[in-house]
Amino acid sequence: MNETNNTQEIIICRDVHKWFDHFHVLKGISLTVQKGEVIVIFGPSGSGKSTFIRCLNRLEEHQKGQIIVDGKELGNDVRNVETVRQEVGMVFQQFNLFPHLTVIQNITLAPFWVKRVPKEQSRELAMQLLRRVGIPEQADKYPAQLSGGQQQRVAIARALAMQPRIMLFDEPTSALDPEMIKEVLDVMVELAKTGMTIVAVTHEMGFARAVANRMIFFDKGEIVEQGTPHQIFNNPQSDRTKLFLSQILRH
Amino acid sequence: MAAVEVKPPVLAIGPLAWVRKHLFSTWYNIALTLLAVWLLSILLGPAVQWATTEARWGVIEANLTLFMIGQYPRDQIGRVWLTIFILAGLIGLSWGVWKNAARGFALIALSAGMAFILIALFFGWDVWDEWLLAEAILLSFYFIGRYLPRGALIATLAWLLYFPLVFLLIAGTRYIATLPPVDSSLWGGLLLTLLLTVVGNFGALPLGILLALGRRSKLPVIRYFSIGYIELIRGVPLITILYTASVLLTLFLPINIRPELVIRAMIGFIIFEAAYQAENVRGGLQAIDRGQYEAAHALGLNGTQTTVFIILPQALRAVIPALFNSFISLFKDTSLVAIIGLFDIVRVARSILAQPEWLGTHREVFLFAFVIYWTFNLAFTYGSSRMEEALGVGKR
Repeated sequence: MNETNNTQEIIICRDVHKWFDHFHVLKGISLTVQKGEVIVIFGPSGSGKSTFIRCLNRLEEHQKGQIIVDGKELGNDVRNVETVRQEVGMVFQQFNLFPHLTVIQNITLAPFWVKRVPKEQSRELAMQLLRRVGIPEQADKYPAQLSGGQQQRVAIARALAMQPRIMLFDEPTSALDPEMIKEVLDVMVELAKTGMTIVAVTHEMGFARAVANRMIFFDKGEIVEQGTPHQIFNNPQSDRTKLFLSQILRH
Repeated sequence: MAAVEVKPPVLAIGPLAWVRKHLFSTWYNIALTLLAVWLLSILLGPAVQWATTEARWGVIEANLTLFMIGQYPRDQIGRVWLTIFILAGLIGLSWGVWKNAARGFALIALSAGMAFILIALFFGWDVWDEWLLAEAILLSFYFIGRYLPRGALIATLAWLLYFPLVFLLIAGTRYIATLPPVDSSLWGGLLLTLLLTVVGNFGALPLGILLALGRRSKLPVIRYFSIGYIELIRGVPLITILYTASVLLTLFLPINIRPELVIRAMIGFIIFEAAYQAENVRGGLQAIDRGQYEAAHALGLNGTQTTVFIILPQALRAVIPALFNSFISLFKDTSLVAIIGLFDIVRVARSILAQPEWLGTHREVFLFAFVIYWTFNLAFTYGSSRMEEALGVGKR
């Protein structure tokens, strides 16, 4: 069970398949992520990249194959799933902040109720995280009073408050106005530099170039190609990768 | 280029301008206004004439206490006042703690109390000082609420405690010498109507929430039970449920448990109202975005925590208008208990008509019952719409 501690392999996926009714959305994904690695997944919409990343904390259930996160296999064992979810933070495209709670309540809720961190301590941690993402002055506001970029930074702080070992980003900048993308990317870059293991679905190629260890190109439910940003940008092997890169880098 | 600030156009305001715009703007508008005035005078003229000359309003004054509390022992009336004083304190406290959300209800209570004082003084009734005391309690608790640490928690607990406390005060118990038991067949009038409304609604809400959650459960047994319950209850009229509760309930209960008629009626209302509250709450649950569940699960919250902290607060807030709508409906529906033999406002009204000295005062008595129902509903509606505004329902 402790294979991850020895080999530093924190996420192991072996031949993962998933179907939505009859639609085969993941067709045998195998992928291993090392501790501290920053992985960027990209590809056309409908390629299964979001579905795949959502399988990693079992927001989606895979139907065949094996997913092992930090030594625990994701399956029907509810306790494993709950433990994994505590260790894996997730940031969504639509932020998904809790609109009825203030920023600080959004951040402290899970540490207090899930990890039983005392109120004072979780509040202190939350303020520390808000300073880290640059908006400590918004602590007592409600999400609807913040800009999109600020909301996404709160969402990142909320996920970090559980002190996760892995962070998943599911298109974190796709719902943002252009002028707010940078403030979110800056936080993500800073996070990557602290050694956090990150799996991000994003088309922000600047982010990928700056911090990714590995880029993975998804298409039609398969991993078509993977490599370092240098390899992917300068010497892509597959025609599909070339075509897709030419489409998103044209402007 | 320098931006030029443009002032909004000046509009004519004031009652005269309003009248001119809405009633006398064109020739046919003038004609319609005059026609309407003429029709109203034909229809209402005799009514006004009756109300000011022929009507024997003495019947209301003579039976006011009966209207308010039915046959409740007159020497125990202090207990009813006590529930009103505590209620005034709670309303004041809530106003101080929750500010805008409770202000509508507080203002209604204050002005109602003021109206009662004036009416009592005008007719020379001796209850004006009790109402004055209630007003004073409301205001002092408002100030206490403003400066009370952990006010929201205390006020919530106080409200939760209030309902059992009212029951204890009204019903009494043989264990407390100063609160001798009062048989529930003596409860009546507005007191009974309000008790049935409040117990029915607040008893039904938790049950309704559970049924709504049950209806969306993944477990087939729970889901089908909830669907079955809701559809069964919604498929029959309230009066049949009240008859069932009053006549048949004793068949299902152990032989040594024989709840009084009032309690059986309350159970009937709870059973009935729960089905409707469940559908209200379900509407709110369905409005919650899937992302909320996903975010909660991704943080490691389990199903119960997600429901209690994330989903229900948003769902309930979204359906406040529907919940108040049901509240008002039930308030009026309590008048059906007159049929199974309880002395609510309507039954009290009918019993007054049997008094030999007030024969033939149907109009006065039922008009008064009409006014009581209508005034209360007006107050509920005003208070709840202020609350909705303050909570931003429907705006987010």
